[in-house]
Amino acid sequence: MSPTWVQLAYLVAALCFVLALKGLSTPKYARAGNLLGAAGMALAVVTAYVHGAVHNGLLILLAVAAGVVVGIPAARSVKMTAIPQMVALFNGVGGAAAALVALTEFLAVPHGSVLFQVATVLTVLIGSVSFSGSVVTFLKLQEIMTTRPVLLPAGQLLGLGVAAVSALLALSVVLTGSSVLLVLLALAGLALGVLFVLPVGGADVPIAISLLNAFTGLAVAASGYVLANTLLIVAGTLVGASGTILTRLMAQAMGRPLTNILFGAFKATSVAAATDEQRTVRAGTVDDVAIMLGYAHSVLVVPGYGLAVAQGQHAARELAQVLEQRGVTVHYGIHPVAGRMPGHMNVLLAEADVPYEHLKELDDVNPGIGSVDVVLVVGANDVVNPGARDEPSSPIYGMPIFDVDRAKAVVFMKRSMRPGFAGVDNSLLYNPKTTMLFGDAKESLTKLLAAVKQV
Amino acid sequence: MIDLLTIFVLAVFVGFEVVSKVSTILHTPLMSGANAIHGVILVGAILITGRAEHALEITLGLFAVFLATVNVVGGFVVTDRMLEMFKGHRTAKPVKSAANGHKEVGE
Repeated sequence: MSPTWVQLAYLVAALCFVLALKGLSTPKYARAGNLLGAAGMALAVVTAYVHGAVHNGLLILLAVAAGVVVGIPAARSVKMTAIPQMVALFNGVGGAAAALVALTEFLAVPHGSVLFQVATVLTVLIGSVSFSGSVVTFLKLQEIMTTRPVLLPAGQLLGLGVAAVSALLALSVVLTGSSVLLVLLALAGLALGVLFVLPVGGADVPIAISLLNAFTGLAVAASGYVLANTLLIVAGTLVGASGTILTRLMAQAMGRPLTNILFGAFKATSVAAATDEQRTVRAGTVDDVAIMLGYAHSVLVVPGYGLAVAQGQHAARELAQVLEQRGVTVHYGIHPVAGRMPGHMNVLLAEADVPYEHLKELDDVNPGIGSVDVVLVVGANDVVNPGARDEPSSPIYGMPIFDVDRAKAVVFMKRSMRPGFAGVDNSLLYNPKTTMLFGDAKESLTKLLAAVKQV
Repeated sequence: MIDLLTIFVLAVFVGFEVVSKVSTILHTPLMSGANAIHGVILVGAILITGRAEHALEITLGLFAVFLATVNVVGGFVVTDRMLEMFKGHRTAKPVKSAANGHKEVGE
């Protein structure tokens, strides 16, 4: 048993974590909550070091220093557009750390109680799944590998097979206390994580990240049983539970059940069939669009990840300001999953100083969308795809969308006719109300800005 | 052992309760903040390395300390950067922002 002061310090740290999560769920206290969480963490880590680092004190300090040297610059320099994959990476290393902790403890004390053995195999298994799964989500979001769902031949059978092998290995570790089998279990967990994330489509990857985040929390909680440490149990469980809720909320925001997102790998072929018909697309020039915008009463901008990638947020804001000076009402329609994660687009626009009160959500926009003169879709695609509303065969069917096809006119700014992140064809492109403006979002916006000033 | 189980069950309920109502805007920062909190595995990593005596255990333990530290500091810093973007944007007319900035520093 640890001395009383250590237990008390852990209790204070646990309280800090609870309050941190509470703070992070309200806009007003979010930042303070995060800082409180960091303070609790500092307290817990210093306590553990003072009390527990009997040996290897200097080496531990060096390892911490190395972690700080890697972690802080990475977190500081990452672009706001790339935040989701950074979160995925941080989550992955946390899972790996949990698995290593349990593995190391097992090597030191291979024959503990049954509870200890069970907790060890759980930590190693879940931690490994979380690590390899997170790495795959990183590769997908960074577009190092394809963002489409990857369907291996007999992938489901393979997944079930690996899961069965993992369960067998876990059982035999508990029965035999063999560390070789435990290492094999870790490898099986790594394979399982990869197989789990591969079939998840690009637009759904953030939900997988959120779920893996909850997994890491559970791995940490299980490691708390391995080390009989209450702080690890409390903090890990908090993250596991809140992460599960958060994952469900995200799935709700996309209007689809979680099982469908994780296991219902997109049947991409069902939609592509119609593409060979001769459907025409109307491409406009910058000047056409400038006139449409300049003489409109109300304009709705629907930004997407493409805007952020092109770093076009500032140009979009300037264009909105010029239009407002002409008396045009400009609002931004922010879809819950615009960007790569729920709330990601709000962060990106806040970075570009777009006034908060101009950002409208789905429920504010859709009822009055019929009276909007021009909808300017910049770098978004799936969130305005009418297929999500009208076509039960569409892979994104059920996701709430902006009903921009009901507005008077639509201008679609796009680099090419390529489908969006989810890889789904969009019938809005062929709508007679739609004018296409091809090109890089930032360049087009800048040209448009100059043209509107001339109108 | 029942003690630990009690703690687990209560923590599950606290975790559910704490985030049950959260606006979409905060999903990403909340996920990232929770991500930083599970970096508490650093405590576990320090404890096992602190009593490790064999080279293999020390090596594995130190690697765990390194990874967990990356998780902790990276997680908190990235969350803070995201939340910084929201700072004072309810009153975000550029002209007024300087004055508001001062007020916020004072809080």
